[in-house]
Amino acid sequence: MDFATEQPKFIQLLVGLAVFGLVVAALLLFIDRAPKRGHERWQILGFLAPAVLLLAVGLIVPAIRTTWLSFQNGDSSAWVGLDNYTWMFSQSDVLHVLRNTLIWVLLVPLLATTVGLVYAVLVDRARLESLAKSLVFMPMAISFVGAGIIWKFVYAYRGDKDAQQIGLLNQIVVWFGGEPKQFLLNPPLNTIFLLIVMVWIQAGFAMVILSAAIKAIPADIIEAARIDGTNAWQLFWQITLPSIRSSLVVVVVSISIATLKVFDIVRTMTGGQFDTSVIANGMYDQAFRFGQTGRGSALAVFLFVLVLPIVIYQVRSLRHQREGR
Amino acid sequence: MTATAGAGAIIAPEPLQAQPDSAVKRVRRKLNSRTASIVSILIAILWTIPTFGLFISSFRPENDIKTTGWWTFFSNPQLTLDNYNEVLFGTSSSSGQLASYFVNSLVITIPSVLFPIAFAAFASYALAWMRFRGRDWLYILIFALQIVPLQMALVPLLKLISTGVSIGGLTLLPAWAPQGVDRFMAVWLAHTCFALPFAIFLLHNAMSSLPGDLMEAARVDGATHAMIFRNIVLPLITPAIAALAIFQFLWVWNDLLVALIFAGGNAESAPMTVRLAQLAGTRGNEWQRLTSGAFVSMIIPLIVFLSLQRYFVRGLLTGSVKG
Amino acid sequence: MAVLLRGRRALVLVSAVGLALVGAAGCSSGTSSNANKDSAECAAFKQYQGHDGTTVSIYATIRDTEADLLEQAWKKFSDCTGIKIAYEGSGEMEAQIQVRVDGGNAPDLAFFPQPGLMNRFVKSGKLKPAPEKVKAEAAKNWSKDWIGYGSSGGKFYGAPLGSNVKSFVWYSPKTFKEKGYKIPTTWDELIGLSNQIAASGTKPWCAGIESGEATGWPATDWIEDIMLRDQGPDVYDQWVNHQIPFNDPKVASAVDRAGSILKNEKFVNASFGGVKSIATTSFQEGGLPILQGKCTLHRQASFYAAQWPKGTKVAEDGDVYAFYFPAVDASKGKPVLVAGEFVGAFADRPEVQAVQEYLASADFANSRAKLGSWVSANKGLDVNNVQNPIDKLSVQILNDPSTVARFDGSDQMPAAVGAGSFWKGMTDWINGTDTKTALDKIEASWPK
Repeated sequence: MDFATEQPKFIQLLVGLAVFGLVVAALLLFIDRAPKRGHERWQILGFLAPAVLLLAVGLIVPAIRTTWLSFQNGDSSAWVGLDNYTWMFSQSDVLHVLRNTLIWVLLVPLLATTVGLVYAVLVDRARLESLAKSLVFMPMAISFVGAGIIWKFVYAYRGDKDAQQIGLLNQIVVWFGGEPKQFLLNPPLNTIFLLIVMVWIQAGFAMVILSAAIKAIPADIIEAARIDGTNAWQLFWQITLPSIRSSLVVVVVSISIATLKVFDIVRTMTGGQFDTSVIANGMYDQAFRFGQTGRGSALAVFLFVLVLPIVIYQVRSLRHQREGR
Repeated sequence: MTATAGAGAIIAPEPLQAQPDSAVKRVRRKLNSRTASIVSILIAILWTIPTFGLFISSFRPENDIKTTGWWTFFSNPQLTLDNYNEVLFGTSSSSGQLASYFVNSLVITIPSVLFPIAFAAFASYALAWMRFRGRDWLYILIFALQIVPLQMALVPLLKLISTGVSIGGLTLLPAWAPQGVDRFMAVWLAHTCFALPFAIFLLHNAMSSLPGDLMEAARVDGATHAMIFRNIVLPLITPAIAALAIFQFLWVWNDLLVALIFAGGNAESAPMTVRLAQLAGTRGNEWQRLTSGAFVSMIIPLIVFLSLQRYFVRGLLTGSVKG
Repeated sequence: MAVLLRGRRALVLVSAVGLALVGAAGCSSGTSSNANKDSAECAAFKQYQGHDGTTVSIYATIRDTEADLLEQAWKKFSDCTGIKIAYEGSGEMEAQIQVRVDGGNAPDLAFFPQPGLMNRFVKSGKLKPAPEKVKAEAAKNWSKDWIGYGSSGGKFYGAPLGSNVKSFVWYSPKTFKEKGYKIPTTWDELIGLSNQIAASGTKPWCAGIESGEATGWPATDWIEDIMLRDQGPDVYDQWVNHQIPFNDPKVASAVDRAGSILKNEKFVNASFGGVKSIATTSFQEGGLPILQGKCTLHRQASFYAAQWPKGTKVAEDGDVYAFYFPAVDASKGKPVLVAGEFVGAFADRPEVQAVQEYLASADFANSRAKLGSWVSANKGLDVNNVQNPIDKLSVQILNDPSTVARFDGSDQMPAAVGAGSFWKGMTDWINGTDTKTALDKIEASWPK
């Protein structure tokens, strides 16, 4: 490593951090010393302005643009009305994509959260807790592409009679006297094998959040229950679960949204072949690889629609929370 | 994630009937804890084996990886450091060695974690504890923005940076074609924008589950919003911030898409992920290098996880609320 | 606050370190190449000079060691003209180029691996037509066919760069010698050999078409190669340009001929399993069993040479080598399926045009070829400069007057077909879908 070539990078980093520190300090100062007239309003502005500005630039404008483009043709040169949407619901391939997305978004949050929760409860206060948690967290530290490669290995197939298996799963099948299978080939089971990879990754996420929530349960409550002779099973259902309810919601919602947007896993492992494609892959293919921006955008807009149930749930629980306060 | 649903959940559960500890119970408890151990070990093994297989593979010669399973390593151990050698010290003279890209990854990641967390914390506080019209709708809007696919957001953001903004001849933002280390700024901006919805979602959730009495008491004592934010709210949501920091770190560290667009592809500003993707060779022929590459890039996230883990402390709220 | 506080504390610390660095290192200016621009060795670059201190950015799919060789090849040009070439290679280039162009951040030059992709930018008006000098240089060095692939709507846009020959069957010279097999020179001999091997109890062919998001492309290469043999170049062109429908009986005939090997359980898939295993075997691994003697024949392009593990000797007397995929009717010439890159320009600054012109020249082709693993259809390329036996063979085939070369069809079709439904259709076809259903579906997907 040539230090001289790396030096400007560190200077850039320092300047960036210094500017950031100044901005934060100025913001706090502004909030504290806001003009007396409309004091509260200025303070709100101070708290919200940076985030809202960045969101507008980075996400709101793109979302509007995408919706706009979804009513236009492939190279965005003419208006086509609802053509892209009718195309979406008339192609059997696209319908498969929608079906797969549904399977993903139903199963992944359920399985990942269950595993993460069970594990978080079991290793809480256990010996070597930190190590145990690191093991399940590890898949999170691997990129989606890396995870795709790992699992491609697990599912690898050698069909010849005397060939050596290189995929663990098929080797296990062979050890038990079975015939090796091509796990990624036959729909709809191949989608299940793909989404296991996502569960494998996201369980770590669920575990981290839920474990933190479990730790936040006041110790005296648990002690009190223990003294009362509650067993582990009762403790879990009567105290742990209700106490971490809101974290559980966070986990399920976050994983659901991440799953709706899942892209790299499918792309690395099957490239969307064998009817395994999901919305994000269809969108990417249409918009960037096939130059069909309109269709790609329509698929993205459909993603916005799919997230609506979760949004409505959020609205309701927010109302509930406000009333309860 | 001090996620107790308001003060309500902190009320002690209904008193359970105290029972004498019978021998049967003790046996059952022991059995319970044994099943618990078995289940947790089982999960741990299931979750580790695929990575472990990759780990073994990363030390095997190219030809072995491609023709035999990694478990044959135990009966026929053949070790090589070639894969690591190639990844760390590079086969490609012009594009430099991994160290440069490693530095880039750090320079990209640190601000990209700090910026969104800070701005999200500010916004979450206002959304959770200040009263103004339309606040819930603003929060829901921000929440819903999580679904905007990154792929669709890249083009407009890139356009904004490279062509600037002008309304009616008035230049609000000049066109900018960042070169060299200036590119880092564009990457920070992109990551900060994209991270905000999830960060606000997480922090808002943590903040709004803090007990209201706490804020009231502080207000009565004459504390300003800035003081409450700094001295009460932030310390109490430390676990949530730590968790968020971990996820944002992972996200940025493992990101390829944003980096490809905003950081370019050379040692001047591109992160490790870009280099590792190039290492696979023009036609993916050298993918065995990805085995060792995956482990090299995992080290820092694991360190971050282990060092932030101590912020997940037990019972932060205990004692702060009259219970 | 803890995290933020720590951040700030860290900031102070890092600042201190940083200041120390600034003080210690001072200003270190970049080291620029100081080749004497008037020296004799720079004489060859006289015509490109006059743009000292400029930079030209290039975006392409070529990466890692192959990218190094490219940069080495134009280093002298760079030193002598003072034009800095900022090269970037990425596996995501084919999709990301669209993002960059749409985002107003296009590179100066792009090496397009598919004429179809280049045409998309021609149509949207983003690509600049090649300037006269580049046009003249390209016309001097490439055959009419190649110029045609780099043109769109009668205008010339991209001069070809590298090329590869796809009509090869890989084999092991050792195994052939041991078993007494003869290299087939006609289609019938090829099938005869396959039957002979199959009769001995082993499957002759191995194949793999899995390639991540590009899964299916090796199968489309098969179809194109056989289309060229079964129907001849004229029908091939009609098919590629959609003058005959994709589900035309002529296409079906070619696909079925390909199926006589690819979907024949007696012939495939050596060491991997049955026909369906082709779909999940990666193209990188598809031919490797040849090395262990478990597979005899593998149809794949010249660039497959890079897939053999280190230490494998790729030569006529080595561990592996390739023979020409024989014609069905030899009297109609020697059909060859080719592919390559084209240099498209998004900018027309003089230094960009100078680089374009240089890349189109025979000088560059020779300079690059000397460094190894490179094939080009550039007529000015001296075959003696080509390093590897398989590359030499490729160049010989490209320069052979009896060769009827056609560019990879899927690369010329609209991407929705050529990089979409055609790949997918052929993957489904391997996976059991019958020819007619597969072709009907591809035809239906052709953009109107």
